[in-house]
Amino acid sequence: MIISICQPYALCAWPFANFCFRRETKKVTTPILDMKGITKRFPNVVANENVDVELYPGEVLALLGENGAGKSTLMNVLAGMYRADAGEIFIRGKRVEIDSPRDAMRLGIGMIHQNFMLVDTMTVAENIILGLPDLPFVPNMVDVNGRIRQLSERYNLQVDPDSRIWQLSVGEQQRVEILKLIYRGAEILILDEPTAVLTPQEAKELNGILQQMTREGKSAIFITHKMEEVIAFSDWVRVLNKGRLVTVKQTNRTNPQELARLMVGRDVLFRLEKKDHDLGDVALELTDVSANNDKGLPALQGISFRIHSGEILGVAGVAGNGQKQLVEILTGLRNVSGGKIRIFNEDKTNKSPLEIINSGVSHIPADRIARGVAGDMSVANNLAMKCYRKPPLVRKGFLHPARILDLARRMIDLFSIDTPTPQTHAKFLSGGNIQKTILAREIDACRGLLIAAYPARGLDVGATEFVRKQMIAQSEAGTAILLVSEDLEELVGVADNIAVLFEGKVMGILPSNKADTEKLGMMMAGVKLEETTA
Amino acid sequence: MIELITSLMAITLRSGASLIYATVGEIYTERSGILNLGIEGMMLMSAVTSFATVYHTGSLFLGILMAMLVGGAMASIHAFLSITMRANQVVSGLSITLFGSGMASFLGQRLGPESNKGYLVGLVGAKFEPIAIPFLSKLPIIGAIFNQDILTYIVYLLLPAGWYYLYKTRNGLNLRAVGENPQTADAMGINIAKVRYLYTILGGMLVGIGGAHLSLSYAPGWTENITGGRGWIVIALVIFSMWNPARAVWGAILFGGINAVQFRLQASGTTIPAAYLNMLPYLATIFVLVILTWWEALSKRVGAPSALAKSYMREDK
Ligand SMILES: Nc1ncnc2c1ncn2[C@@H]1O[C@H](COP(=O)(O)OP(=O)(O)OP(=O)(O)O)[C@@H](O)[C@H]1O
Ligand SMILES: [Mg+2]
Repeated sequence: MIISICQPYALCAWPFANFCFRRETKKVTTPILDMKGITKRFPNVVANENVDVELYPGEVLALLGENGAGKSTLMNVLAGMYRADAGEIFIRGKRVEIDSPRDAMRLGIGMIHQNFMLVDTMTVAENIILGLPDLPFVPNMVDVNGRIRQLSERYNLQVDPDSRIWQLSVGEQQRVEILKLIYRGAEILILDEPTAVLTPQEAKELNGILQQMTREGKSAIFITHKMEEVIAFSDWVRVLNKGRLVTVKQTNRTNPQELARLMVGRDVLFRLEKKDHDLGDVALELTDVSANNDKGLPALQGISFRIHSGEILGVAGVAGNGQKQLVEILTGLRNVSGGKIRIFNEDKTNKSPLEIINSGVSHIPADRIARGVAGDMSVANNLAMKCYRKPPLVRKGFLHPARILDLARRMIDLFSIDTPTPQTHAKFLSGGNIQKTILAREIDACRGLLIAAYPARGLDVGATEFVRKQMIAQSEAGTAILLVSEDLEELVGVADNIAVLFEGKVMGILPSNKADTEKLGMMMAGVKLEETTA
Repeated sequence: MIELITSLMAITLRSGASLIYATVGEIYTERSGILNLGIEGMMLMSAVTSFATVYHTGSLFLGILMAMLVGGAMASIHAFLSITMRANQVVSGLSITLFGSGMASFLGQRLGPESNKGYLVGLVGAKFEPIAIPFLSKLPIIGAIFNQDILTYIVYLLLPAGWYYLYKTRNGLNLRAVGENPQTADAMGINIAKVRYLYTILGGMLVGIGGAHLSLSYAPGWTENITGGRGWIVIALVIFSMWNPARAVWGAILFGGINAVQFRLQASGTTIPAAYLNMLPYLATIFVLVILTWWEALSKRVGAPSALAKSYMREDK
C-alpha cells in the first residue's frame, strides 16, 4: 500500500517509502505553522536560542527536552504570552505578528498551559466562555451549559459545568482546559504537558481526541516527558536542549531509548533496583477514616490501612476517587468526619498542619503552585521553608541567611535544580524545576513519614529516575512513604504494596510483585481484590 | 411613631445614597484588582467643584457632570500610577486622599464669588429637590422611599443594575476574572490594562457622584470636611458588601440608619454628649468589620478579589 503511493517516486527504496511519501506531500502543502529563528531571553537566562518549528496540517509534533530546556517558553511565544527577542512566525505561509493571546486566538492558536489557566472561584462554564470574542452581551448560560455537556459527552470529558474550579481535582481541571480548547475551535493546538495529571486511561482518551482532531485537519504541538506518548501520539519529534534545537526526527524512525538519550545526554534506566530490607514499627495507621469533600459529600469511607517504617505504600486509583482528600487529612489540611489517624503511635486526628509537620511528616502536594511553593519568595527560602524554625537555620530567634544559602546551594546541586541563582523567585522556574524544589525540600526534611502525591509529575526522564531512586533510598533508610500516583508502572516499580481507591473506599491492598496492570485496572474500576481472583 | 419611622427612613435613604454611589464605584474598581484608597479625597474634590459649578451656572446637571469629571480624572491618576507605573496602590491612593482634602479646602476658599472673597462656605445654591411620586409617596412608612430626589431614585436602579452587570453579562465576567486571576484572563484574550483603567475611572465617576450628592442634596452647600470620613466608611462598606454591588444597600442602610438615629437623638435634646453620637457610625464600622472577618474566616472562599492591589505584567508571571 505504502509502496504504491510512493511509486511515482520510483527511486524510493522500500525502507524509506514512508519517509518519501511524507516529504513529497509536504512540497505541495505549506506548513500551517513555521517559526524561524526564535530567540527569547530572560534576565540571566537565554530560554530559547534560534529555534525553528515547522508544523503541517493534520500533524502532531512532540516537543521534548529536559526541565528548563525552554519548551514552555517557546510555546508561550507562539501563544502571545511572551514576546520573542528575535525570530519570525508564519501561519499558513503568511508572516504574522503575535503581540497578545488575543492575536494568537484570532489566528486559531489555542494553548493549554502547563500551570492551569483557570479562575478558581468561577464555574466551569464561566471559565470556558471567558474572553470569547463573539460572546453575546448577556450570555445564555443554559445554552452554554448545554453545549458544554454535549462536547464533554462527545469527547468523554465528564465534568459538571456548574461546579466551581476550586472544587475539582487537578485531573478534572485538566478536562476543563481541554474543553476550553475544543469550545473555541482552535486550529493549532498547543498542549503543554497535558497528560502530566491524567491517568493512563485518560491519556489514552486524550490521544483519541487528538487523533480525531487531526483527522479534521487540525494540528497540534504536544509537550510531554513520557516517551511512550511521544511514540503513540506524534508524527514528528523536536528535541530542545538548553534552549537550542538539537534534533528533528520522524517519530516512526526513533525509539524511546534514543529520545531519552538525546534529551538527557546519557542512557536512562527505565527499571529500578530495589533491595530487600526489614520493616520497622507502624508509622502511620488509619482506622475506619471517613471524610467529606468541599461540597460536603462523603469522599472517603471507612479507610483503614497501616504503613511501617521502611515501607512504601502506593495508592492507585482514577483521579477524583478520594486521593486528594486522603492526602489532605494526612497532612492536616482537612478534617476527618470519623475514624482515627495515628502517626508514630500518637493520635494525630484533625491536628493542625504544623503539629503534623512537627511529628515528622513531609508532604509533596499534588498542586505544586498552590501548596508547594511561595512563588514570590526566593528558591533558597522555599527550600528552607520546612526547617527554618530550628537550628542551624535559626539562631537566637533570627534567621541565619548564610546557612539558608548553604542549604539551598547543596540542594540545588543535589537535585540539579535549574535556577539562575538561589535568590531567583520560585515562580520564574520552569514547571519541572518548581517540582524539583519541592522534592528537594520535602525529601530532605523527611524524618519518618513522607506523603507524596504524584512526585514525578512534570519531571523529565532523568529527574523522574532520580526521584524514584531517592524514594527507594529513603525507604531503605527507614522512612515510611505513602505514594499517590496514577502511573501504574511507577507504583509497581517503586511501592512495596499497592492500595487501590475507588469512590473513597479501599478495594484491596496487594503486594506490588503480585500486581499486574490488568488486576489493578479492574480494582480501579470498582472490583474488590477478593473478587478479582475469583 | 409612624411619623418617626418615616422620617428616620427618609434620612437613612438620603444619607445612604452617597455611600451607595461611592461603594458601588469602589466595588467595580476593586473587582478589577485595583485598590483605590483615594475615595475620601475624590469625594471632597467632587463635592466642592460640583457645588461651585452649580452656584455659578445654576445647572444641577453641569454640577453632576463636573463631579464625574473630577472623580474620573483623579481616578485616572491613580490608574496611571498603579497600572502603567505599577506603583504601590496603597501609597498612590493615600496620596490622592491627602491631595484631594487639601485641594478641596483650598478651592473652597477660591471658587466662590468676588462678593464673598472667593469663599464658598455659607453660600446657598440650587439643590436637588424631592420629587414625590403620586400616590406611592402617600403610603404609610414606605412613602418616604417615593419622596426622594432624582439622585436617590437612580440609586434604586444602580443597585440591581450593578449586580446584574457584574454577574450576568460578558463584561462583568471579564471584570471578575481580571481581579481574580489576571494571568488567566490575559491568556483568554482579555486586555488587562484596558479593563483596569476602565473600571478604575468608572468607579471614580461614581465616587464623584457620591461626593456631589453631599453638597447638592444631603447637606446642600459647602463646608470644610463635608464628607465627615465617608470616604473611609466606603472602604469598609466594600468589604461589608463582599464585593457584591447588590449588598452595598445593606451597608449603606445600616450606616445611613445610624446617622439618622444620631440626628434624631440630637434633635430630641438628649444628654448624651454629641461627640459620642458622632462616633457611632465609625464604631459600628469597626464592629461590623470584626464580625465580618471572623465570619469570613469560617466560610472560606468568599472575599476579596485574589489579585486585589497586585500589579500585573505579562512576562512577569
Ligand atoms: N517569566 C520568566 N521570567 C524569567 N525566567 C523565566 C521565565 N519563564 C521561564 N524562565 C526561565 O526560562 C528557562 C526555560 O523555562 P521553560 O519554562 O520554558 O522550561 P521547560 O522546557 O518548559 O521546562 P519544564 O519541562 O520543567 O516545564 C528556565 O530557566 C526558566 O527559569
Ligand atoms: Mg514547561
